[in-house]
Amino acid sequence: MITPEQRAEFRTYFRYNVGRRLLLDKIVKGTVFLCVVVAIVPLIAILVDVFTNGSAALSWDFLTKIPGAVGSDDPGGIGPAIQGTIVLIGLSSLIGVPVGVMGGIFLSEYGNNRYGRTVRFFNDVLAEFPTIVIGVFTFVLVVLTIGNFSVWAGSFALSIVMLPIVMRTTEESLKLVPVTYREAGYALGIRRYRVVFTIVLNSAKSGLVTGILLSVARIAGETAPLVFTILGSSQFINGLDGPIDALPLRIWRLSSLPYDSAVTQGWGAAFVLIILVLSINIGVRYLFLQKKEKTFLKFKRLGAIS
Amino acid sequence: MVDPLISGLITKCIMMTIKMKKGSPHVDKIFKYVAIGAATYVLAIIALIVFNLGTGSAQVWQQEGISFLTGSDWNSVEGRESYGAAPYIMGTLVNAGIAMAIAIPLSFGIAMFLSELSPRLLRTPLAMVIELLAAVPSVVYGLWGLLVFRSYIKDWIEAPLHNVFGDNSIIFAGTPFGLDILTASIVLAIMIIPTIASISKEIMMAVPNSQREAAYMLGATKWEAFRLAVLPYSKSGLIGACILGLGRAVGETMAVTMLIGNATGAAAFPSSLFQPGQTLASIVANEFAEASQGGLHLAALVGIGLILFMMAFAINVVAHLLVAKVVKSHEGAVLA
Repeated sequence: MITPEQRAEFRTYFRYNVGRRLLLDKIVKGTVFLCVVVAIVPLIAILVDVFTNGSAALSWDFLTKIPGAVGSDDPGGIGPAIQGTIVLIGLSSLIGVPVGVMGGIFLSEYGNNRYGRTVRFFNDVLAEFPTIVIGVFTFVLVVLTIGNFSVWAGSFALSIVMLPIVMRTTEESLKLVPVTYREAGYALGIRRYRVVFTIVLNSAKSGLVTGILLSVARIAGETAPLVFTILGSSQFINGLDGPIDALPLRIWRLSSLPYDSAVTQGWGAAFVLIILVLSINIGVRYLFLQKKEKTFLKFKRLGAIS
Repeated sequence: MVDPLISGLITKCIMMTIKMKKGSPHVDKIFKYVAIGAATYVLAIIALIVFNLGTGSAQVWQQEGISFLTGSDWNSVEGRESYGAAPYIMGTLVNAGIAMAIAIPLSFGIAMFLSELSPRLLRTPLAMVIELLAAVPSVVYGLWGLLVFRSYIKDWIEAPLHNVFGDNSIIFAGTPFGLDILTASIVLAIMIIPTIASISKEIMMAVPNSQREAAYMLGATKWEAFRLAVLPYSKSGLIGACILGLGRAVGETMAVTMLIGNATGAAAFPSSLFQPGQTLASIVANEFAEASQGGLHLAALVGIGLILFMMAFAINVVAHLLVAKVVKSHEGAVLA
């Protein structure tokens, strides 16, 4: 039999308990919200600073002219850097995309065995490698062997950066193609390679393009591998076995110059680079990923979109 | 003598192409081998990296032996050359450690907010902003840190701390200058927050709702449900996310090089937060242009690359084993 006194005691205890727990809950929620604000503010600040400072530097001359002499009145532009970045993206895609796509085909179509798992694992590890290590490696392998800095060396280094991303995203998009599509092909007596090329790759097209574009966005911003391979230059491209300039490299060089004009140019170059990278990232989301939530999630988990 | 051989070969090639067009079984085999070759390329690259960094730095290992790892001399003057990487190994660890200490709580906060608390309207744009920020190139973070953040941190954080604690305290000793371990670590933390936060968010969202509902049914508050249902379920994945972040922090080059102040030799041993430091990646990026080809200096820098490779490799292997475990057991949940 519970006496009224006991009931009152229970009630106070219950109120105390619930009150304490609700308070703790509120405190945690507040802390979490604070975390979000503290973390978001600098992140947003970076974008705002780059956009405001960078857009001030933009002009047609800035985008197309070669850089002026260091410290001179005419600051010139970043034309060679933009050209170099485009050339580098093109050449490294030439190596990275076919190998990456074929590797992805292997992982998805033939990779359900020990060797496939090994490749997948090391591929994931390679994707997270410090890019400076890839730069030093390319320097030792290519630049020291050939004897000079070249566009080829830079493209080779960047192709190593993009390869694992292309390979994994290809694999994931191919795996999403229902096995019945393949079986339909086999039933018609089509050979396996035709099935893969005409049916599977075709159905997985958007995922494939997404992966390639994301890897391009990634290598567009890479600086560390380029320091050791293309050296940088202030002229437009002059043959593929000579040095060349690239946007991230130019930003780095500009940041170490003590002139106001260099600072303005640095912001301008950062603005161009960020626009390039972010427009690829945002564009990809809207063009391909909206209806493909599954691919999207998988890519994200792989760190391709990070 | 040669002509019939060549013409024979050409005929054979033509015959093979014709056969291929008809769809001989060889084509499938060739296709398979090309695919295997492409996959093997990745393994070959990793093996080549180890081999080339090894041969490229052989000179310095011969000359310095184990003291390349433990020594702190760094002298590239000819005739008195001496190289030791210990200060930079320490610098990398300290720098990454401080960055992780700042980034992990904030990232988990963001991840928890996004997966548990955020209203639907806010969730998608916030998650998207964070993911886009992970795509911002490192050199842009460096530029921002150098031109904007540096003066803020000098005036608002370092100067007051220095005035309060003075030179007597160990970690706040030295004149606040803005280009030091503290600035580099904070910018590094800002850079790895998006990575850790978005992976952690995915992992927390992968926890089945039934787990949370069970906790709510017992009368749990949001925090209790998170602590009792979500955290234990996603623990190893979250650890994996942190280690992946650590891997990025260790290998991060450009932003750190621009901000850490670049001390060399024994002076680079991290002692105070306000002292310039040096990491493995930053010394390679900095001194590379000065090193002459074939010299010991270059071999030392390649050797540092090898040390960095080993560290990053170990970290990433552990992280992937942890993440893979979670992903394997939660595969359905992530995609459902």
